[in-house]
Order: sequence, then C-alpha cells, then structure tokens
Amino acid sequence: MSRAEILGNIRRGLKRGSATEAQRQAVQNRLQARAANLIPARAQLPAAEQVALFKTMAREAAADLIELDSLDEVPSVAADWLRHNRVEELVCASDATLTSLNWAGTTDIRRETRVARAGDLASLTSCFAGIAETGTLMLHSQAESPTTLNFLPDNHLVILRTSQIVGVYEEAWQRLREATGGDMPRTVNMITGPSRSADIEQKLQMGAHGPRNLVILLVRD
Amino acid sequence: MQINSPQFKQRAHEALDDANLQRALGNLKAGFPHKRAQAVARMPEFDALRDQGRDLKNHILEHLDLYLEQFEGKVIENGGHVHWCRTSDDACRTILDICRQVDARTVTKGKSMVSEEIDLNDYLQKHGIRPVETDLGEYILQLRGDHPSHIIAPAIHLNLEDVSEAFHQHHQRPKSDDPAVLMREAREMLRKQFVAADVGITGANFLVAETGSTIIVTNEGNGDLTQTLPKTHIVVTSIEKVVPTLEDMSLFLRLLARSATGQEFTVYNTLSTGPRRPDDQDGPENFHVVLVDNGRSDMVGSQFQDMLRCIRCSACMNHCPVYGAIGGHSYGWVYPGPMGSVLTPQMIGIEQAALLPNASTFCGKCEEVCPVRIPLPKLMRHWREKEFEKHLTPRTVRYGLGGWSFFARRPALYRLLSRVSNQALRMLAGRKGRINRLPMAGGWTDWRDMPAPTGKTFMQQWKDKQRTNGEDNA
Repeated sequence: MSRAEILGNIRRGLKRGSATEAQRQAVQNRLQARAANLIPARAQLPAAEQVALFKTMAREAAADLIELDSLDEVPSVAADWLRHNRVEELVCASDATLTSLNWAGTTDIRRETRVARAGDLASLTSCFAGIAETGTLMLHSQAESPTTLNFLPDNHLVILRTSQIVGVYEEAWQRLREATGGDMPRTVNMITGPSRSADIEQKLQMGAHGPRNLVILLVRD
Repeated sequence: MQINSPQFKQRAHEALDDANLQRALGNLKAGFPHKRAQAVARMPEFDALRDQGRDLKNHILEHLDLYLEQFEGKVIENGGHVHWCRTSDDACRTILDICRQVDARTVTKGKSMVSEEIDLNDYLQKHGIRPVETDLGEYILQLRGDHPSHIIAPAIHLNLEDVSEAFHQHHQRPKSDDPAVLMREAREMLRKQFVAADVGITGANFLVAETGSTIIVTNEGNGDLTQTLPKTHIVVTSIEKVVPTLEDMSLFLRLLARSATGQEFTVYNTLSTGPRRPDDQDGPENFHVVLVDNGRSDMVGSQFQDMLRCIRCSACMNHCPVYGAIGGHSYGWVYPGPMGSVLTPQMIGIEQAALLPNASTFCGKCEEVCPVRIPLPKLMRHWREKEFEKHLTPRTVRYGLGGWSFFARRPALYRLLSRVSNQALRMLAGRKGRINRLPMAGGWTDWRDMPAPTGKTFMQQWKDKQRTNGEDNA
C-alpha cells in the first residue's frame, strides 16, 4: 500500500506516469556501465608511488604501519608487536594467507582461530585491498574471515601485500566485482585508521568502540 | 520528539544568555570550518566534485522511482526485506513488528537522524523494548534524557562537566575530568549491550541500487558492532538516499567526509548487503530496510526538490552565524541550521515552523560550502513567501512590508523620506558617526553601535554621477 503511494507520489511530482522506455534505458545504462566519476589526480600514479602514498595516508590516519620483506616474517613481527604491547593472545582468521604461516618461536602467544568475542585483546586478519588515495583498507566478510574480528578486539593486525594496493576506490570496487563474480559479500569494510570520537567537547580521543590500534603489516611482494 | 519550533525566538534569546552553551558552541566554531577548509585545500578537484555531485543527485531525483525499485529488487534478491513507510507512525510500527517477530527485549542503535525524525526510541520504549544508543554522543544524550543539537556532533551543546556528571550518576563511578577516561567508561559499559542485544538498528548514508547495499559512515565503530552482533539488522533510512552504483557512492564519500569533519576519509565506511551468507560465521540472520518517506516524495517536482540532494554533512550549520550563536536546540525540532530551516517546515508544517526560514541573514555561507550546491537561501526565501501567502507572517512585519511598498511605489516620496532619515541618523550619531541607542532597534544597539550612513543617498549619488557624465560628454 505505502509502496504504491510513495512511488505514485514521486511519479506525480515528476509529472509522468510510469517511466518511458528511454528513461528506463538511461537508468539501466548507468547501472551497467558503472562508469567512474571524476577521479582525483592525487592517486593516479605508478605502482611504486601508490605504495608510498598509501603508507603516508595510512600513517596520517594514525594507523601503525610495519614493513616486511616477506610473508614469513609475519608471525615474529606480530608476536613482537603483541609482546611490546603486553598482549599474550591472538585470535586469527583462517584464510589461506593465515593458515600458511609458521608460528614457530612464538609459543608465548596464545593463538586461536574463531570469531571474535567481547574481551578479546587482539586479532589478525588479511584484507582484500589497500587504497592509496586515503590509506584505506578494504576487507570483506567470508567463511574464513568473520567481520567481528575487525571490530571487537582492542587491537587489529592486518596483513596487506603491496600488490594489493590500488590507487582509488573505483579500482578496489572493480577488483571486488572480479573476485566475487559480482556477488557482494554480506559486509564490506573500508577502514582508515583506528576507531575514534570527538563527541566530548570536540576533542579527538582514540579507541571509541572499534580497535584502539590498527596495525598494518605491509608485505613487499 | 516534541515540537518547540514555534518558541524559536524565546529559545534563541535563552541560548544567547546561556554561558555554558556559548562555551560549548565555541568548540564548534573553532573546529569544523577550519578543518573543512584544510581538507578542501588538499583536494584541487573539490569544486568539480561538487558540480558532479549536484548533477548526479539531480539525475537520481529525475529517476527516483526507478532507482528505488532497482534497490528493492536487489535487497530481496540477496535475502533481505524492504518496508515502505509513508509516515513516522508507519515506520515505528513496522520496526516494532520486526522486533516482536524475534521476541526482542533490547535493541542497540547506531546513530541515525531518521530514527530521531520518526521518534523511534520513545515508541519502542512505550511498547516494552529498550533502545540503547551506542554512538558516544547519542549515549550521553540518552543518559541525560536529551536530544541531539547537531546532525553529526549530537552532543556539541554539552561541556565536559555535563558528561562527567551524567556518567557519574548512571555508572556509579567516581567523576573524571579526562575525556579519555570517560570514553573508556562508555566503551566498557556498551560492550555488554552490543553482545546482549537482540536487534541492531542503524541508519544509512547511502543505498546502492546496483548491489542492494546500505552503507554507514562512522568514526567510532559502534555502528559496525550494532549491525554485526545481533541476529537481526534493521536499517532505517529515507527514500532520497539511493545512488546508482558503487562508483557513484564513491563520489559522495569523497565529498562527505571532507565537508563534515574535514577528514580525508571517515574511519569506517561499511556496506551491508543482505543477511549473513550460509557459510559466514557471524553477522545477522535477518536484514530489513525500512524506507521512510515522511513528506519527501511531496518535495519531488516542487520548488523544494533541490533539498533532496542533501547528504547530511552538516557543513551548512557548521558555517552558519545564526546556528553558531544559538545552537541546535533553539530550532525546536530534529534538524537544525539552514538545512533544517528548509526541511522542518516540510515535515512539521509551515504553520509551526514559520520562524525557522526567517532565522537567516542570507549571508550565503551555507550555499557556499554545500557539497551538492543546494541553494539554501533561495529555498528559505520560498518558505518565507509561503508563510506570507498563508498569512502566517506577524502583523508588525506585514505592516512594515505594506508601509515599505506604499513608499516604494511613490519614488519621489521614497527619495524624500530616505534623504530625511539619512540626515536624522547622522544627527543622532553626532561627531563620532556611531549610534549607541535607537528606538525599536534595541536588538542591535544593545550589543553594538549602529554605524550612521555616510555621504549622500544612493539616488543623490546616482544623479550627481549622471550630471558629471553629461558634462564629460559635452
């Protein structure tokens, strides 16, 4: 009932009944073309410079960014970061990147693979892309990477490979469509730095409800 | 929310005399405009993006029925539900029904101005369901029984002491004057709520027709916990928020963060598409989108259609000298500042909101900073015309306008009068050229001197100029 009234009212306002074939076509064309609008020049760069821009922007957004020469270094670097921050446990996602890691030499860190629970201190996930324009990570839900890992723990460690870095949001959407065959996952997160709020007197405080620290482990590949 | 817009004048007076409010408003004026200016300066294409934003919104509005149908189809295809609601009542009832279907006792809420607009919290509470606000600002307000005074910084009218006092009363902990301590306290308190809630309600900044996704834009991460942990996720939103594609959404995201907080990008931009997939380990099992109309479809094709472009960034109020002087509560309903002065008359009726479109000096700053170039002063003027047509304008103003039009239609008399009053004002001002007291203009002269006119009247100058021109030509 309401549906017909609302749509009818919109059409009355537009001074037409149902849309014409030409109008339908215009809408379908736009939906199918998925054309980019104006893309800022800032991130239209060669790959190496995109990586440099990503690092600058992510750090500006208060992310902690550590550079690694290979994926093999992830366990020891992650463990060092946790020890330094007096955290002894880590909840991990279970995608191929994470299951391939060799955690020898980090027995002091308790590791579990599961969804996050209230009270978890740290999580480790991989991600889908890094976007240089604003130092933004893109992650999405899937069986091996539950979304709660990105929000509940106090500290979120994320593995990003340099080859996953793109210039702008539009490139990330294109990659996502290709990777998922056009089926959007339930949740897509674009994350730029750790959680914050300025709701008390407009003074910025870090760590509102999401992670207090966002640690990007940037692996050269 | 109770409508207090008819008491605008009295509320504005009280606000000007409220020292604590004035101190709090200082934080707004010191922050937002400067941060926005810095972010804009770093993006050379910003004005071109604004042009595209305006044009794209216009395209969407011309095809609004089609994009909404497409969006609905995609949500359903992904296993979600769409509910169309003509009024606030419809929307509240729909949400209550969904909550009852899943036997909900507690719902957590992300920040949503549409939920304020439909007065959802009150409605749920009356029907035995406890809503818990999770945005830090909204949480503070809920503890105080207060309402937002700003669309993105809801507690901007409060100072640290107010927050400290509210937390002390409700958390039974010692007071603190450290914002970091207070935030940790809220984090701890709300963590339990996130996990315990049966339903999570969020708003949406945009709806993507291509994919049937809704997106929320937050810095805290509360919206994400709200929509990920409970079994049911309800998105309460409005019909003008639909955009065609992810690319189109990206255009608006570039405009939104910079215009709102002056950030390069908001911390969390999160898209939700349907309920969790069969092999997902977390996420909601039910996904509902409640599409609220509430007078918006009446604006399509009207002289107020441009207002439907609004992306709720708050730049207009952040730069408004009137908002900056009196704060959001003076406006007496949900949406304050210039955007509110255009929207509120549409939603609660010009009869109740007639004072709002008059609460502007028409300095034009709001239009100057609007990311989708809404001609806000022009739209406020349209409301003033409607107010006049409906004979809502106060008698003194009508008499004043009548008097002015009498003289305006008699140019000789008009010139004589302006020459005489020009003289009189100069005499009143004396040698210092400033008037510190003027009958019927105490609202001005109580606070500052009125400068006296200098030189001749416009018409005298015009005549002199034409005479000299004539001599030059001769």
